[in-house]
This record gives sequence, structure tokens and C-alpha cells, in this order.
Amino acid sequence: MTELLALLIDQAFWVAVLRIATPLIFGTLGVLLCERAGVLNLGIEGIMVAGAFIGWLTVHSGGGLWTGVLAAAIAGGILGALHALLVVRLPLSQHVAGLGITLFATSLSYFAYRVLFPKVDSPPKVEAFSEMRWLPIPVLAEQTPLTLFAILLVPAIWYLLYRTPLGLALRAVGESPYAVEAQGIDVIRLRSGAVIAGSALMGIAGSFLTLAAFNSFFFNMVNGRGWICVALIVFASWRPGKALIGALLFAFFDAAQLRLQQSGGGVLPYQLYLMLPYVLSIVALVLVARKAAYPQALMQTYVKGSR
Amino acid sequence: MAAILFTLAMSGALVLWANADVASAYVAIYEGALGSRFAITETLTRATPLMLTGLAVAVAFRARLYNIGAEGQLYLGAVAAVAASIAMTNEASELALPTVIAFPIMIAAGALAGATLLLVPTLLKTRFKVDEVVTTLLLNFIALLFVSLLLDGSLKDPTAMGWPQSPTLPSELEFSKLVERGRVHTGLLFAVVLALILSFVIRYTRFGLAMRAVGANDRAAAFAGIGVNATLVKVALISGALAGLAGVGEVAGRTGYVTLDMSPGYGYSGIVIAMLAGLSPIGVIFAAIFVGATIVGADAMSRSVNVPTYIADVIVATALIAVLVASLLTKYRVRWR
Repeated sequence: MTELLALLIDQAFWVAVLRIATPLIFGTLGVLLCERAGVLNLGIEGIMVAGAFIGWLTVHSGGGLWTGVLAAAIAGGILGALHALLVVRLPLSQHVAGLGITLFATSLSYFAYRVLFPKVDSPPKVEAFSEMRWLPIPVLAEQTPLTLFAILLVPAIWYLLYRTPLGLALRAVGESPYAVEAQGIDVIRLRSGAVIAGSALMGIAGSFLTLAAFNSFFFNMVNGRGWICVALIVFASWRPGKALIGALLFAFFDAAQLRLQQSGGGVLPYQLYLMLPYVLSIVALVLVARKAAYPQALMQTYVKGSR
Repeated sequence: MAAILFTLAMSGALVLWANADVASAYVAIYEGALGSRFAITETLTRATPLMLTGLAVAVAFRARLYNIGAEGQLYLGAVAAVAASIAMTNEASELALPTVIAFPIMIAAGALAGATLLLVPTLLKTRFKVDEVVTTLLLNFIALLFVSLLLDGSLKDPTAMGWPQSPTLPSELEFSKLVERGRVHTGLLFAVVLALILSFVIRYTRFGLAMRAVGANDRAAAFAGIGVNATLVKVALISGALAGLAGVGEVAGRTGYVTLDMSPGYGYSGIVIAMLAGLSPIGVIFAAIFVGATIVGADAMSRSVNVPTYIADVIVATALIAVLVASLLTKYRVRWR
């Protein structure tokens, strides 16, 4: 118990929490945009891999850090456009197309990495984002600008969804696409736009891993973070503010698990600690499942003029 | 047809990018996958677990139970088979039971382990309405960590020099080889027979009808008097058991022991295979052979013309997307705008 209290006042611990949370905030907001428009995007895991790779590659070949982030967003957007083509314009199964995108994006990134860097023992490094030392806020000063960007994105997306006509249309299309069609709005364009924007955020989530959390690209670095975001959005009942809270809460447990692993080393097998975040995600899903307010038209295919 | 051409063009472009000759790359893939007797046996060896995970996914998806957890189920099946075999051996590491009894017990243990792992998210779905896609995905990570835990602990092979590896199965419990000097084993026949049985069950039995009805429209199925939840649970048991059997087959037919890199994503490939096969069990046989051939061929090609092996996954993913689109275009007449 005292150990836990010591943890709570330890600044380094909170720095870790925020660092772990950052890609999850980007990813969960990306999932939010897609699902609020009624599209499940299981491509997230692969899009994060592609974002991590493209972002890193851009910087490695001489681009600036923010150019790398932009490139990752564009890569995510392109994959999102592919997903939108498959499930919004064509009525394919959203589950299968998303998993297909994940497989495609992951394998293509790994393939490209191996083609460009055939025989490297230690992965090539780049100069990653540095901390915002100039910032007078304690824990945030230890973070990279991407974390600040992620946090600022939360109110921005909230504003977009709840205070603009576009946001209203976007939320409506996830509830009842045919009602939106009756309003004279192009459902396909709206949904596609949401998927592309959401996927761009997923790409940025990936680039955080290679440009801020670490400074190189390696295989399996995304390691299920994308799937966690898909779970977090249910927990967050598709709201931006709760998505932030969910990501922070998850990161809290993940950071605590890492800390316990180091301090209580040897008492329990380390795999149990590593399992904890995944188990907690499932527990969280079970707790909120009964009252989960799924967007009504999530996974519902829309065929123009069919009603 | 267009789908095949598109896939070939896409992978051809990637081969070019890797500075290799496209024609010789395709020849290398073909030679490596189907060009010799040895190549064919290797392809079939690869196709065996893929058939079983493909069947697992096809059965589940038919009832619209999105089992994305075949990977974890495969590992648990493999570990359970080894654990069962250890439980049945005496101190001198000889089988304490006659093989005719021990063999089915080992297989049942693997199937049961896989089924149990899928039962959890299925019950969460039927009881609490928890979406099974995310839970089965997350359980893959949990299952793999659990296996890692066992391989570091009670199932560690003390003679493996510190590698996380399970003890080797007693040789009586291994599947016998189908051909000399090849690795293809009776697990293949097992998988094909299961595919035929499943095809029959889905088409001609009352349970098969219930399963298809639940998949087509669960509310309509409920109105027709079909127990939707009971059907889903049965489907989950079958699907998980099939994925568990894939793990048993790998241990008893190929490796002999469990390691953490035993499956290069067979569970996830199962989804691709099931979709390529249009969720038909018979189709799964052929789709699994196609994917197995692609993996084995790409391995051979990467050795001969120096193109990274990840191209196999790219080919498979491209084929999946192309086939999905093509099947849709033949079903509907899509007009642009």
C-alpha cells in the first residue's frame, strides 16, 4: 500500500503514464471518428505499423520530424481511403476488410523495411522529438510535443463533433445513414472522409512510437496497441473526453505494471504483469458492455438509395 | 481472374522494387512450392495447420461469431497436448498408458483447451453482450503470455539449455509421416476428413441449418425457434476445438515440442483462408494449400533471388482484398456514381 502511495507522488511515474497514453489517445480518437460515422476499422493495428514505419523512414531519409508525422498521417489516410473504398463504397464485411488492411499494411511495411535495410543487426536510429523543457508544467515538460498535440486534439475533436454542422452530420451518419441521405448529404463521402481522417490519426499514433517513444523501427513494435484502442472506445462510450480518460487509465495500469515488475521482480512471473493490461481491457469491456451505447449504424452497410 | 492478375501484378512490382527479376522470382516461388516432390510435401505440411485454423474461422464466421482468436487457441491446444502427454508418462519418460488410449486423450486435451479459450468470449457475448472481436483479439496476447509463462515454469524442458521450450512428446504419440523423407504427416488427412464432415454438417443437419440461420439473421432465427445462444456456444466449441487441433497437429506432427515461435500467425491466416474459401469447408482445403504454397514458395524465392520473405504475407493480403472485391463485383453490378 505504501508502495502504491509512493508511486502516486512519483513524478517519473506520471511521466511514464502520459508517454504510454499518447499513442492510445491518437489511436482511440481515430477509432472514435471511424466508429461515430458507423465504420469499424480493424485496420488500426496495421495502420499504426505503417505510420510508425513511414514516419520513421521520412525522418531517416532527411525529412524533418513534423514532416515525418505528416507523412505517417498521409500513409494512414491512404490506407483509410482503401478501407473506405472496400466497406463504404463497396458493401464488404467491415471485420474482414479491416483485418485484410492490417495484414496488408503490416506485411508491406516489414517487406519495405527489409528491402531498404537488408542486413542490419541494430535498427538504424533517428534523432527523435525532444522533451518540451521550456514548458512550465511539471509532468508535461518531460513529454514530446506530440503528447501535447494528442491532448489538444481531444477538445478539438469534441468541438468538431458537437459544435459544428459537419460533426452533427458525422454523428448522425453513424446512427442512421438513411436519415442523413434524406437530408441530402452524401453518406458515402461523409463516411469515407471520417474513415480517412480517423486512419490519419492512427498513422500519427504509429509515428509517435518511432519518433518520440523510441527512435527506431522494429518488428512487432505496435504489439496490440491498435486492438487496445478498439477496446478503449467501447469503454469511452464513443466520447472524446472519456477516450482521453480511458487512455490515461489504461496507461496508468500499464505503467504501474511495469513498475511492479521492476520492484517486485521475482515474486511473480513477469508474464503475469504483462498480461494485466489485456485482462483489464477485457474486464473494462465487460463492465460497460450492458450499457454501451453503440452507434446504432455501426457495421451497418449503406447502399445508396436502397431504402 | 482479374483478382489473380491484380495480385500477380502487385507482387511483381514489389519484386522489381527489391531489385530482382520478376520472371525468375515467380519461377522460384513455383519451384519452391510445387516444383518437386519435396516441395509439394512441404506445401502440404504448411497447409495442415492452415486448414484447421481456416475451418475454425469458417465455422465461426458462418454463425457470425467473429473468432479472431484462433492464434491463441492454437497455442493453448499445443500446450495442452504436451501437458497431457507429460501427465501420462512415468518417471522413465515412457507412456504409462497404452498408445490407443493415450493418443485420443492427447488430441482431446488440445481440442478442449482451444474450445475453452473461445468459450470465454462467447459466453461474454451471449451473457453480457461484449463484442467478441476485441475480446478474442486480446485473448491472443493473454494466451501467448500464458504459454510463455508455462514454458518458463512447469513446462520447461530442462535439457533445452535455457530456451523457453517444452519437453518433447514421446514418439508413440507423434503423428506418423505420410511419405518417406518428407515432413507431411497424418494431420493432413485428419484436416481433410474434418473439412468433409463439417461440410456435411453445415449442409445437411439440423444444427447446420441453425448455424446458418443464426449467421444470416439472428433475430429471424430466434423467431423460428432456434436457440441462438445455444447455437453460438456449440459453434464456439467446434471452432475453438478445431484451432486447438491445429496446435496439436503442429506439436505431434511437426515440431514435437512447443516454442513461442511455433506459429507464424497461422491463426490470423486462418481468417484469410476462410474468406478466400467463401466460408466453405471444402474451399478451405484449397485455400489453405494456396496460402501454404505461397509461404513455402516465398521462402524458397527469398533464398534464391534475395527478396524478403514478408512478400508471402503481402501476396496473401493482396489476394484476399482482390478476391473479396472480385466476388462482390460478380454478385452485384456496381455502378460508379
